[in-house]
Amino acid sequence: MIYPPHVEYFLKIVFSETILRMCPHLLLWPCENPFRCRSLPAQRKIYMRSPPIPEMATQEVQLNETLAHLKTESETLKSKLEEERAKLHDVELHQVAEKVEGLGQFVMKTRRTLKGHGNKVLCMDWCKDKRRIVSSSQDGKVIVWDAFTTNKEHAVTMPCTWVMACAYAPSGCAVACGGLDNKCSVYPLSLDKNENLAAKKKSVAMHTNYLSACSFTNSDMQILTSSGDGTCALWDVESGQLLQSFHGHAADVLCLDLAPSETGNTFVSGGCDKKANVWDMRSGQCIQSFETHESDINSVRYYPSGDAFASGSDDATCRLYDLRADREVAIYSKESIIFGVSSVDFSLSGRLLFGGYNDYTINVWDVLKGTRVSILFGHENRVSTLRVSPDGTAFCTGSWDHTLRIWA
Amino acid sequence: MIWSISADFERGSPHIETNCNYKMQYTNWPIKSNVMIEDIVTRIQDETEGVPIRTVKSFMTKIPSVVTGADIVQWLMKNLSIEDPAEAMHIGSLIAAQGYFFPISDHVLSLKDDGTFYRFQAPYFWPSNCWEPENTDYAIYLCKRTMQNKTRLELADYEAENLARLQRAFARKWEFIYMQAEAQVKIDRKKDKTERKILDSQERAFWDVHRPVPGCVNTTEMDIRKCRRMKNPHRVKKSVYGLAEEGTQSQSPIHTPSHHCRKGTKEDVEKEILFLNTQLDRHCMKMSKVAESLITYTEQYMEYDPFVTAPEPSNPWTSDDPSFWDLEASKEPSQQRVKKWGFSLEEALKDPAGQELFLKFLESEFSSENLRFWLAVQDLKRMPQQEVAQRAQDIWTEFLAEGAPSSINLDSHSYERTSQNLKDPGRYSYEDAQDHIYKLMKSDSYTRFLRSNVYQDLLMARKKVCVFLSVINTRVSSNMYFV
Repeated sequence: MIYPPHVEYFLKIVFSETILRMCPHLLLWPCENPFRCRSLPAQRKIYMRSPPIPEMATQEVQLNETLAHLKTESETLKSKLEEERAKLHDVELHQVAEKVEGLGQFVMKTRRTLKGHGNKVLCMDWCKDKRRIVSSSQDGKVIVWDAFTTNKEHAVTMPCTWVMACAYAPSGCAVACGGLDNKCSVYPLSLDKNENLAAKKKSVAMHTNYLSACSFTNSDMQILTSSGDGTCALWDVESGQLLQSFHGHAADVLCLDLAPSETGNTFVSGGCDKKANVWDMRSGQCIQSFETHESDINSVRYYPSGDAFASGSDDATCRLYDLRADREVAIYSKESIIFGVSSVDFSLSGRLLFGGYNDYTINVWDVLKGTRVSILFGHENRVSTLRVSPDGTAFCTGSWDHTLRIWA
Repeated sequence: MIWSISADFERGSPHIETNCNYKMQYTNWPIKSNVMIEDIVTRIQDETEGVPIRTVKSFMTKIPSVVTGADIVQWLMKNLSIEDPAEAMHIGSLIAAQGYFFPISDHVLSLKDDGTFYRFQAPYFWPSNCWEPENTDYAIYLCKRTMQNKTRLELADYEAENLARLQRAFARKWEFIYMQAEAQVKIDRKKDKTERKILDSQERAFWDVHRPVPGCVNTTEMDIRKCRRMKNPHRVKKSVYGLAEEGTQSQSPIHTPSHHCRKGTKEDVEKEILFLNTQLDRHCMKMSKVAESLITYTEQYMEYDPFVTAPEPSNPWTSDDPSFWDLEASKEPSQQRVKKWGFSLEEALKDPAGQELFLKFLESEFSSENLRFWLAVQDLKRMPQQEVAQRAQDIWTEFLAEGAPSSINLDSHSYERTSQNLKDPGRYSYEDAQDHIYKLMKSDSYTRFLRSNVYQDLLMARKKVCVFLSVINTRVSSNMYFV
């Protein structure tokens, strides 16, 4: 409908006021695209505030006072919350686990070494067929391997270096990757080895800083990403449309993991703000938050039942958080472990937690008893990525020494 | 070997603000590991609690301020509670590689558990001081070394190569570098002999860290994602030899000045308060219950965990035999696999064979529409965005509309909410309904399924076959005797 200009102007003012009242982005997030919400303050300046007046000074003082008051309120609530949670902390996990039979001696060795990357391996992911993997490296190369035979099946050269994230599609027919280009791109894998994969590339996600992690959801049609810009986002692969964005981290988000449940719609993310946040994919809300690490959280992974998750951090510890207790329930650390954890994953039953460390080793932890079961040497530089295979028969590590290793 | 990392990150992308070809300096900063290492290094040099550092007499000279590798390994084992000497050597080698102590007679920084002599690095040269030594400094250093007429200070092959390369690169500046080197030598000559020995070795160790022997790990390489935490992002390069600074500012290509930790604005704090209030209302489980639950789950699945229980017939990765995977993929699920379907409805549905059997069972009970609805909604959530609205409508028509062919039974509340959602159909329009149906199946049909003949037969199937075969065997053998 076209209105005369003066009516249009009037409507503009009225409607923008209405929008502002409905969506002040303080309490509600009804917008599909919160990026729009963020631009409102600028509009607000135009429509609600006249040019600066002397009262501004008083207003600013008031604002600071309000802010201080709010901060105190927030701190009080935090202590109260800690108090409430502590009341339910009646016993430690490892104490209850004393009755559980100890694990025997483990013989875990490198069963395959995958050589082919020309620089630091940064990320890897398994295919659902339990033997293929995709890996990405600092030199811009993304390689798909049949880890069982150690043959390279596909190779793509990305237009940027530091490809920090890669993921295999559930169908096994595509891979996603990204890094310093701030994007996540999907490459369909063709059976024709001679075909140029780069030609079919599809750009899906666009962030304003590096892509730190990506993962397909239950289908090839959606991708979840995390970025150095402090946000996570859910994208529709076919159209590249942003379906949902997740704001709440105060610094770079370094990792994410989707809940294993078929019925679940949540995922957990970890960031440089030392927080691990659990998100509802449908609403974009943060539903739980954990802040006990003393440094960046480099990796998060759900416990197989989906009721808990583990995290690995630069503070040289791995921790287990339970969602039902809303609390940290175990710490995996040793005096002799002083280098950060880059990557963690559980064995199929959740009894073992594997951690890849910046001191070139892998430490294997008994999740229930809290003790270290084994330390594995082999890599000649930092272990940057670690994933257990879909059927739990092996785990794969990628390292700054340019190689990947399969351990079983 | 890399000592100047040219940033060729972006070939034509508009997003990164810096251009190609700028030299990126990685700095070290007080990350947690460094803090922990420095604590260890301070303790290890303590007069009473540390290792014995002493002057050792050797031939006609004295070797000042050294400790043996074995002493360091022993100290680490005792003070860091390490049981395996190999582990102590590994961690010790890493601390050495970072540059906190070094072997006095080797460029390769590693710890040996024997009589090899080590010296501690001066705090001036510690990584946490954010050194970014320039090639000019390195050139001065190598030049200086050639001026000192001592065999023990002769350049190694790789150092000679580096020097040659630098001479070519700095051809125009070489006079300046030479003069600086001469000045350094003059200053050094004035120092006390013992002091000189120590300082020389420490300086050499510094360069072993920043210009490592080819083939050795360069521990100054940093994760590009962590570059933001530079002590002083706009710092000008610092020269080891106190030379005047040369001007180009170093800057992280990722974290430009505008990128900073989001400070807590009023809106952020208000949001946080809301969040905290929600958390306070949350009903949480006691730790004892949580522990029991985790233990129960883990114990139940341990027989399926290949790291704990060896898979049958073998783990493909250890035996190089993929039959385990072939069996898993076959149409006939193993008894063990069938047993898993009894753990939870989720397990049964996760396995395609389990899902198929459950569906068949429901069909026999004329209640398959529930599972088909659930599967359809799962499918809906996986669709590309464009197809979502149509599919949501189709589901309504099939399962929920008046006179639907596969009408499901929903309570009025869920029905109301769902029909409201359908006014703006999306992939989550059926969440309530799906949840309700899932709970129904779980409490009702699933429990009956587990008790049903189809499931029990499959669970016991092998046993029956085995019994049958063994009966035949005995009959055959007994027949043979008769004849």
